Amino acid sequence: MSHTDSMSANAHVQHHFVDSEQQFDSAKLGMWLFLVTEVLFFGGLFVAYIVYRAWNPELFTLAATQLDTVMGGINTLVLIGSSLTMALAIRYAQLNDAKKSFWMLGATIAAALVFMVIKYFEYTHKFHLGIFPGEAYTFTGIDHPKAHIFFSIYYMMTGLHGIHVLIGIGLIGWLMVKTKRGAFSAEYYTPVEITGLYWHLVDLIWIFLFPLLYLID
Amino acid sequence: MTNTTKPVAIREFPVEEFPETHYLNATKGLKSWMLTLDHKRIGLMYLASVIFFFFVGGLLALALRLELWEPAQNFMDAETYNRVFTLHGAVMIFLFIIPSIPAALGNIFLPVMLGAKDVAFPRLNLASFYIYLGGAMFTLYSMAHGGIDTGWTFYTPYSTNSGSAVISMTFGVFIMGFSSILTGVNFITTVHKMRAPGQTWGKLPLFVWSLYATGVIQVLATPVLAITLLLLIMERTLGIGIFDPALGGDPVLFQHFFWFYSHPAVYIMIVPGFGIISELISTFSRKVIFGYWAVALSSLAIAFIGFLVWGHHMFTSGQSELSTVVFSFLTFFVGLPTGIKIMNWVATMYRGSIWLATPMLYAIEFLFLFTIGGLTGIMLGALSVDIHLHDTYYVVAHFHYVMMGGTVFAFLGGLHYWWPKFTGKMYNETLAKIASVILFIGFNMTFLPQFVMGSQGMPRRYFGYLEQFQTLHQYSTVGSWILGVGFLLVAYYLIVSLVKGAKAPSNPWGGRSLEWMTSSPMPAHNFEHVPVVIHGPYDHHQPIAEFRMGIDAPHHDTTHA
Amino acid sequence: MERLKDYFLPESASTFASDTDGLFMFINISGGLLLLGITIALIWFSWKYKRRREDEVTPVIRHSTILEVTWTVIPLVLILFVFAWGFRGWATMRNAPADAYEVYVTGLSFGWQFTYPNGVISGTELVVPAGRPVRLIMQSRDVIHSFFVPDFRIKQDLMPNRYTTAWFEAPEPGEHVIFCTEFCGSGHSAMLGKVKVVPVAEFETWLTAEKAKTEGDLPLAELGRNVFNQQGCMACHSVDGSAGIGPTFKGLAGSQRSFTDGSSATADDNYLRESILRSNAKVVAGFAPAMPSYQGVLSDRQVDALIAFIKEQQ
Repeated sequence: MSHTDSMSANAHVQHHFVDSEQQFDSAKLGMWLFLVTEVLFFGGLFVAYIVYRAWNPELFTLAATQLDTVMGGINTLVLIGSSLTMALAIRYAQLNDAKKSFWMLGATIAAALVFMVIKYFEYTHKFHLGIFPGEAYTFTGIDHPKAHIFFSIYYMMTGLHGIHVLIGIGLIGWLMVKTKRGAFSAEYYTPVEITGLYWHLVDLIWIFLFPLLYLID
Repeated sequence: MTNTTKPVAIREFPVEEFPETHYLNATKGLKSWMLTLDHKRIGLMYLASVIFFFFVGGLLALALRLELWEPAQNFMDAETYNRVFTLHGAVMIFLFIIPSIPAALGNIFLPVMLGAKDVAFPRLNLASFYIYLGGAMFTLYSMAHGGIDTGWTFYTPYSTNSGSAVISMTFGVFIMGFSSILTGVNFITTVHKMRAPGQTWGKLPLFVWSLYATGVIQVLATPVLAITLLLLIMERTLGIGIFDPALGGDPVLFQHFFWFYSHPAVYIMIVPGFGIISELISTFSRKVIFGYWAVALSSLAIAFIGFLVWGHHMFTSGQSELSTVVFSFLTFFVGLPTGIKIMNWVATMYRGSIWLATPMLYAIEFLFLFTIGGLTGIMLGALSVDIHLHDTYYVVAHFHYVMMGGTVFAFLGGLHYWWPKFTGKMYNETLAKIASVILFIGFNMTFLPQFVMGSQGMPRRYFGYLEQFQTLHQYSTVGSWILGVGFLLVAYYLIVSLVKGAKAPSNPWGGRSLEWMTSSPMPAHNFEHVPVVIHGPYDHHQPIAEFRMGIDAPHHDTTHA
Repeated sequence: MERLKDYFLPESASTFASDTDGLFMFINISGGLLLLGITIALIWFSWKYKRRREDEVTPVIRHSTILEVTWTVIPLVLILFVFAWGFRGWATMRNAPADAYEVYVTGLSFGWQFTYPNGVISGTELVVPAGRPVRLIMQSRDVIHSFFVPDFRIKQDLMPNRYTTAWFEAPEPGEHVIFCTEFCGSGHSAMLGKVKVVPVAEFETWLTAEKAKTEGDLPLAELGRNVFNQQGCMACHSVDGSAGIGPTFKGLAGSQRSFTDGSSATADDNYLRESILRSNAKVVAGFAPAMPSYQGVLSDRQVDALIAFIKEQQ
């Protein structure tokens, strides 16, 4: 790690890259590949969803009535909004406007927290009714022998998605700290960019989950 | 010589022989290893770990073979036997074979062969290693806490009901999956973005192509294993009822999920081996590889078709009959690119200048053993025959011919080929050749009888067996001892080589790819200059000086000249 | 060639065995020739083109379209042929004749049970008429098992949540071993059974005699012995004192039992009843909790009979 030019604008280029562009392209490609693995990770759950829905179509329409479309809808809007603020944060980083970038990141985290709070209310309401995942399921409102499987899939999908939202909150919080310290500029905003990619994917997965779980008719 | 607009001069950079400082001693102390970002050191740590786990898995195998000396109970009971064979499978597959070539040898040589200073994400690379170690710890934990008796396939509902340590084991494998994914991401990005000037896709060494194809499979298949194991863990802890029939789930669905990963995973295990063999055959025949593009693209073809054939593990499972037919049909098409590779390798040797050094010996043994492994795969793809052979010792033998005769022999070939490069020491060639022949004999003696037993109807995973199979089982057991002796011999002369081996020159075998154009061992940043590639990696007819070109920039990075 | 086939493969005792064997041998021979060719080439090239001087130069042969097409097309034709042959044989195995005799098969850890149309249950031994197609309708009571008769070249997994089927026709009388080929636990390799192919007349006699054994007026202990045989208890429990996957029945009743959780109890009637119906409530030290529950499987009278039978084993 010896940089004879460590004072220059290229300070962020790691030793094994030739230039800033190579580093940026690599990071972006790496993130895209990681997103592919994320899609496949959730893909397994989507396959389980498709299989059980094909086997028990009536169960899915029946059970979906227990999900709160309004709360789900609000959450969808909140997440879509957060994607916008995330995109703006990247834009402002590119424009060397660290202050606006910082506030946009803050807005993204706020939206993510709203999402999690709404999710918390949805979950506790279901727990209250006895809709637990798996064997703890005691709800009697749905007359179907495999009702617990629908909710197992529901909890797995939304739970895993929720964990991704939490990870996103952590990453964006870290970006805020770095932004505050002035780490990013028009020359170097790679972490903001690739975290943005991640955040859009988390958003996108929810956009699939919402109609698949809540809006079955 | 270059087509860029900036005027860049290139010149030959002679290799420094027997360097005083290199990546092994550039920095010192335990911390400099534990926190290293150098892909070569990370690769070495992987190498040490996989060899350790190979040793563990091998001891378990010897114990199994010894127990099978007699039809009835010999020295362990059925419960123990079931735990031992499960651990043998899980340790060998998840802790040894999957990381063996890509994460160990690949890590050390991929960037060097590309002319890069490191992989694209060095910190991620180190993280992958620690994630792997973390997963291994869980596996060891489950070994210490009663082990696991489900077989490495974790089939439900046995795995949801079994009283053994299923959760810690599957969680360990789940974690190691992430290590594998991140390595794949890292390698693909490295190949795309870190190639030296002039190194077009058509000039990539075939080992790099094979690691690239492997990376694609790792990225696309491993997440599905992760989610499958997560669902299995949830099934055990919460009873979510997706796989457990007692709760309304479906065990065949588990098998589909499991094999969607685990079939492509066998290509994660073997495709890097193909890459090594391409390097060995060309170098030791001193001849350009026959059908470069056929060999390179067949790796990608195998990666692709490999995703469409998982159902051939389930011909007797009660999956739909249409899937059975389609999967059988597609399965045969994996045979084509594989066959093409074998023919290309043999054709490369034609009119070559063949040097039967130890690595080449392994390559030739590989070709023989892997051909058997491949042909018996055709046997298992044929529907009516597979109904008879499924879940018998025939499958066990086939699998070992591909994975051990294939991957392990390729791994050994690669280890001997690159040993002088990454250790800077030569090994005793005579002992190495003797060991190679011992391993070849021991291997065939262990696994050939298993084909016969399997055809005769001996089921796999059997603790006790009918007396009619005893003779063949005993041949197999004796073979396993010969294998054990062979591996001890390998360990012996390699350790001797480390301690007092002769210093290795930079290019002992006359290779043409970039790793031979730098010192043995390599410098901390692989090259003292930015290499420039003019010729293909197998162009033995071109003067060697033209393989040592680099950008002439005297002011460049003078700190470690 | 015949001798080679006889060495590799078990006796061929079903109508479709010979077709499977034919394909097996075809792949062996064509694959063997290929392997031989490659091996000869490897050895010949290694010797003929051995490096003799350090400065040897090799020709630049990058590829050859003719060769490459050849070694793609020939294997392609071969594998299509093998696929078609395998498919044909498999299609026969999947389609049972309409007039097949039907037997229900239950797999359980660790034994087999065969239920006949007239209600007769046979444990471990599948008795079938020679020369008549037999269709097996199979399911598992616990984990996945697999029904494999090497002599018939058939194999089919038994699932806990659905029926699977297989069929065969054995032309000649004889006895053939049944293996379980899907790993199912500590008794997996002991989960053996037997197919007994008998002439039609003998089969009818056997079926009638077995029917008589299940009639209600038998003495309890005798009925218990029949239950013991039919349910396949002997796969795990011996009556001669030897240890199996489960404890022996010899001297069991009235003895002092110590359990894996450290407690102990006397094996009275209530203990025996509990062990049959809720099998893993108390597990004897030294054994694994491997026994499936018989709650709902056995009638009260059958449980009584089994206990009477166990008490007789002193």
